[in-house]
This record gives sequence, structure tokens and C-alpha cells, in this order.
Amino acid sequence: MSTLLRLATAGSVDDGKSTLVGRLLYDSKSVLADQFDAVERVSRDRGMAQADLALLTDGLRSEREQGITIDVAYRYFATADRSFILADCPGHVQYTRNTVTGASTADVVVLLVDVRKGLQEQTRRHLAVASLLRVPHVVVVVNKIDLVGYDEQTYEAVSRDVIESARALGLYDVATIPVSALEGDNVVERSDRTPWYDGPSLLAFLEQLSPVGQPHSEPLRLPVQLVIRPQSSAAPEFRDYRGYAGQIASGLVRVGDEITVLPSGRTSSVAAIDFAGESLREAFAPMSVTLRLADEIDITRGDMIVTSRSVPPVTQDVHGTIAWLADHELRPGTKVLLKHGTTTVQAMVRAIDGRLDLVTATLAPAETLGLNDIGHVTLRLAAPIAAEEYLHARSTGAFLLIDAQDGGTLAAGMVGDALLDTRAEILLATSPS
Amino acid sequence: MTDRYRLSQLQWLESEAIHIIREVVAEFERPALLFSGGKDSVVMLHLATKAFWPGPVPFPVLHVDTGHNFPEVLAYRDATVERLGLRLEVASVQDYIDDGRLRERADGTRNPLQTQPLLDAISDHRFDAVFGGGRRDEEKARAKERVFSLRDEFGQWDPRNQRPELWSLYNGRHRPGEHVRVFPLSNWTELDVWQYIAHEKIELPSLYYAHEREVFERDGMLLAVGEHAQPREDETVRTRLVRYRTVGDMSCTGAVDSDALTVDDVIAEVAATRVTERGATRADDRMSEAAMEDRKKEGYF
Repeated sequence: MSTLLRLATAGSVDDGKSTLVGRLLYDSKSVLADQFDAVERVSRDRGMAQADLALLTDGLRSEREQGITIDVAYRYFATADRSFILADCPGHVQYTRNTVTGASTADVVVLLVDVRKGLQEQTRRHLAVASLLRVPHVVVVVNKIDLVGYDEQTYEAVSRDVIESARALGLYDVATIPVSALEGDNVVERSDRTPWYDGPSLLAFLEQLSPVGQPHSEPLRLPVQLVIRPQSSAAPEFRDYRGYAGQIASGLVRVGDEITVLPSGRTSSVAAIDFAGESLREAFAPMSVTLRLADEIDITRGDMIVTSRSVPPVTQDVHGTIAWLADHELRPGTKVLLKHGTTTVQAMVRAIDGRLDLVTATLAPAETLGLNDIGHVTLRLAAPIAAEEYLHARSTGAFLLIDAQDGGTLAAGMVGDALLDTRAEILLATSPS
Repeated sequence: MTDRYRLSQLQWLESEAIHIIREVVAEFERPALLFSGGKDSVVMLHLATKAFWPGPVPFPVLHVDTGHNFPEVLAYRDATVERLGLRLEVASVQDYIDDGRLRERADGTRNPLQTQPLLDAISDHRFDAVFGGGRRDEEKARAKERVFSLRDEFGQWDPRNQRPELWSLYNGRHRPGEHVRVFPLSNWTELDVWQYIAHEKIELPSLYYAHEREVFERDGMLLAVGEHAQPREDETVRTRLVRYRTVGDMSCTGAVDSDALTVDDVIAEVAATRVTERGATRADDRMSEAAMEDRKKEGYF
């Protein structure tokens, strides 16, 4: 069975990210002849001696003209047992916006560091974003190893810095790999030029990463998308059918399970789990299914079906961490829409509690939040939601803030103080007793 | 950790697409699905039937008919609409040419002419969400496309000013006059589509499988001889065993040499191919490096 792994790339300007992605696609034979011909042609026109693999990933005319990547692009490649979806996030323009977007759906962040420059502020920021968004795995590609003569000591020093910095941000599962994206060392195949490195190539590392999430051990959360009630438009045996359709956000559900509907708190049990005419005994995240319940209770879009064994709190007061993605500033008192699961409610920004310095992982007082700022806010909602700490519930702890007038997406939100909580835990864990 | 609680990549993609389709029906007032009879739109419609079972597909399908369509694809379209009890709306490029609203291009291709009838149909029917079968692996401008992609009141796409798309929280908010294009197959590759067709035993128009056809070669593509594509004097007509990888306007959609008679043969062929489906078969995408980007900005699929 082929499984799927989602990755997001991150890096600073000129650290060779486009080249790495191009190399990964090319060496894994995911670039087809006509695409490569086009790259060769353009490279020749620009007077380059060899094909510039970075050109494989620049999608828009203005990106090619400026030689920069503007927006997240998605790439697809596969090996025998695994398919990969790669969110290629540009390094410099609006980095938070793009990195947060890519990291929100990623199982693993691939972070590039130029071995000659070592750990940069930008590297720390990207690590912080990976930590904030609870990306399960981080792999740091220490690139341009060819430019330091494949020197082990230089690599080890950078690797140590990165791992130490990651730990301070609560990231314990960080691997580093010495790579030359330009020459192809340790990208797809292990390189002979780094005999001192005994780990896997980047692709081999990504192939063997354990898939993320353990549905059977997490509590059931199913945001209801819509109620399926075909009435007279269905065959006679389905005229009384009433099913609650949604994608399981976390956990596992079995026929007979006791459930609670939020925010109302009404309870029932699962009578059937339907999937397009199939009747299932159990279903788990992230399956899209339709549940039928034993009792006729009032359920609509925006409600969440949860296991009665673990019922999250329902609240109109949300304290959260947000990444502000809009050009204009956020001020206290602003009214917005908040989308959580399948519900959208009005919200007021009661207070801005501070701006996070990602480099030092500390909170500083702030009156406003600007583009690419990450801060803590207190929100008051017009209706209650089943808010769970993002730290423990990546799928149901996330929300969007939306502009009520033009509909634009203003912010990516996470319930709770994700990053500072982590830091506090670490300080506790490492402080001498 | 057992594989028991792990989805295969096809199940994962299917679940994601069904979630997207249901979100649109829940949040929009008048969605429609672009249906050409091409394999991607066929898969998308199949997913819609699964999403709302045991109810019917709760939106109409829209076909932009260039007037140069393969007859077997039109027959397939009509049979599918009939079988599922759908409402079919057709936006006809031929009508626009007949009454002078559009002019035939010198090169005879009608793909770029589809944009105006498409946008008019969207505004005439007041569709606020339109499902398209576009995939990000198809083309590099499409690689930048969102799942929910806002179009302004002129139907235009602004690739430099797209909404960030986070988690699986899709934002379909729009102002009056604007609409949203939705791409449930964004994360699918050509191979995924074929594997899903095999898994679900989905029937396709016959021209996706190898058959004998009179073709001639133009710009490295095999075009079918017919009223919409005639060989010039220097182009020789041969009967060859071919199939189509994409289905579009007959004047600019090329066939490929193939002996793939079954869906499994096609999967083997696609897995081994060294040329992208658009590179192999679409003259319109070869016009320039930014041909697709330019058409998309104007409001194309």
C-alpha cells in the first residue's frame, strides 16, 4: 500500500532551495522530458553552462523575470511505496505567511541551511514556525557542502548549532543531512564524497519516516459539514435517511459508540457509519464519512460530534496565538469572522497580549500586529465553539480569522499559547532540581 | 502502529476531495461542476456522487462546448447526465462565433475562445462556485493554484495576491459578482487519477484507450483527421494505433501512439511515460512558457 507524506520546504534567500527541490524531482525521475527540455532551453538562453534545476519550480512569469519565488507552489513525486506532496515555500517575500501556510498541512518540514553561513536568524524563525505549527518532523538540509570541500568539522558545527537551537524551541526530533543540491550529494543517493556521514540520503530519510498520527489513540472529533436528507429525491428506502456528513478530524469511531454533539451537549450513539453505500464497522481520521445516530437530535452544520469519553470545553472566550497575514495592522477592538472546523462565528479582538519574538521565543508587549507578526490575542466570540489547545489537537485547535467585509483571510490561529507553553515545559524539564 | 488505521494515498485523496466538495455545497448557494467528459471531470463527478449518497448530486453540470468536440465524448457526456439525473448547462463557443461575439482564430484552435462563454455562463446562471478538474501537477502556473481560488468580478485570477490556504480550513467568502473556482483534484497526479479510475471501475469515453484512427503529424503531435483538423499538403495521413491522454478541442488535442487497451495497460503506460500529458497533447500550452498562466488570469479553467 502506497502512503502519502506531505512536506514543506523552508529556507533563506540563496540557500539553494529551488535547486534542492529541482534536484529531488529530477533525480527521483519526476521531471519529464518536455519539462527538462524547457529548462535546458531557458538555461542556454541565459548563457548558463548546465541546466538550472531551480527553473523547474518557478511557475509564474513574474517569478521567472525576477528570479525569485513569490508564492507557495505544490510539487508531486513518488517512489515505490510513498507519494509525496511538497509545498515549496519561498524564503524571503512574506516568509511567515508562506511558511505558516506550508507548515499547516505538513508532516515534515525540510529546512535548508547554507553550511558556509551556519545558523541564521531566519533559520531560528523557521524552526519556531515548525514548533508553533506542531509539525511532527523536521529535517535540516545542510547545503552547499561541496563549497567547504565536504568537510566534516564544518558540517558538525552547523549541525550542533541547529539541533541545540531546535531543542530550545521544543523540537527534539530534528535530523540533519549534509547535502550538495547542486551536485546531488545525499539528495537521492548517498554520496561517496561524505564517507564520514553514515545517515540516509534526504529521499531515503523521507521514505522511512513513520507516518503521522495515531487515530485509535486520539479522541473522536467530527465537524459536521452537512446533514444528508434526500427525502423525495432518493429511492424509497432512503426517504427517511438522515446522516451527518463530515471528515473525521481526529480519532476513531465505531458503531455503538456513545457520542456528544457540541456545542449543544446532546448525547446519542452511533447507529451506522456510511460511506457511499458501504456500511462500515469503524472509521478513523481523516476519512470522510456519514454517521447515522440512534436518536433524532438537532444537529446542523458547524456542530462537532465528539466521543462522550472525552468532551472538549465549549467557550466564547478564546485565547490564541495568531500569525497575522494581512497588509493592514490588527488593533484591539477589531471585529472579524472566525472559522473553526465547519463553523464560522463573529469575533471581536478583545486584546493583543503581545508579539512573539521568534528568535528568542519571548513575548513582548504590543499595541498592534502587522504583516507576518505572530502574537497572542484574546477573542470574544458571538457563539461558543469547541476550542481545544492546538498543542494537543492540531486539527481542532486551528482557526482562521477572516475579514467580514471583503472575505480575505487575515490570520492563521491556534488555540492556546503553543510556543511559550513548549518553552515553559522545557525550562521545567532542564532546570536543575 | 499497524496499517489498519492508515489510509492509502488514493483513499486519502478521495477523502480530501469529498471534504472539499461537501464544503462547497454547505457554504455556497449556487455551485456548478465543469463537466467535459474528460477523465478528470468524470472522476470529480464520481466523487460528488459518493459525497452525497444516498442523495443525488445537488448541483448542475456545465459544459463549455467548443463545437470541435469528439462525438464519442459528447455521447458519453449525455449518457452520464441522463444516468445521474443531472441538469446540464451548455455554453457554446459555436453560438458566439455564429453571432459574431467571438471570431475564429487564424490557427483554428478554439481552446482560448472558451473563456468568454464560460464567464458569461457563470454570471448568467449566477453560479458562485464552480468546480474544475484542474490538477497542480499538470502545469507550473497550476502548481500555484489554491483549492478555493477567488475570481474577481471580471472572472480574473490574480496569482500574486492569493489567499493563504491553511490546514483544511477553506475560505469561500466572496463579494457579490465574484465567484470561487474550486479544485477538488488539486493534489492528484495523472497516475492517481488512473489508479482511482481502475479502483472504482469508472467508465470513460472510449478514446482514452488504444484504437485505430486516421491521424497526421503536426508540430510533433498526432491530430485526428476530421472536419476540424485537415492535413496540409506536406502532412501525410496514416492509420495508427493511438489513444488520447487528454480530451479537449479536436483541432488542438493530439493523440499518442499507444497499445493500451485496458485501464491497467494505461496505468503501466502513464507510470513509464517521459512526457507530461499537456506537453504530449496540447498545442495551446506550447505557445509560450506562460500560455496557461495568461489564459488562467483571464478566467480560463
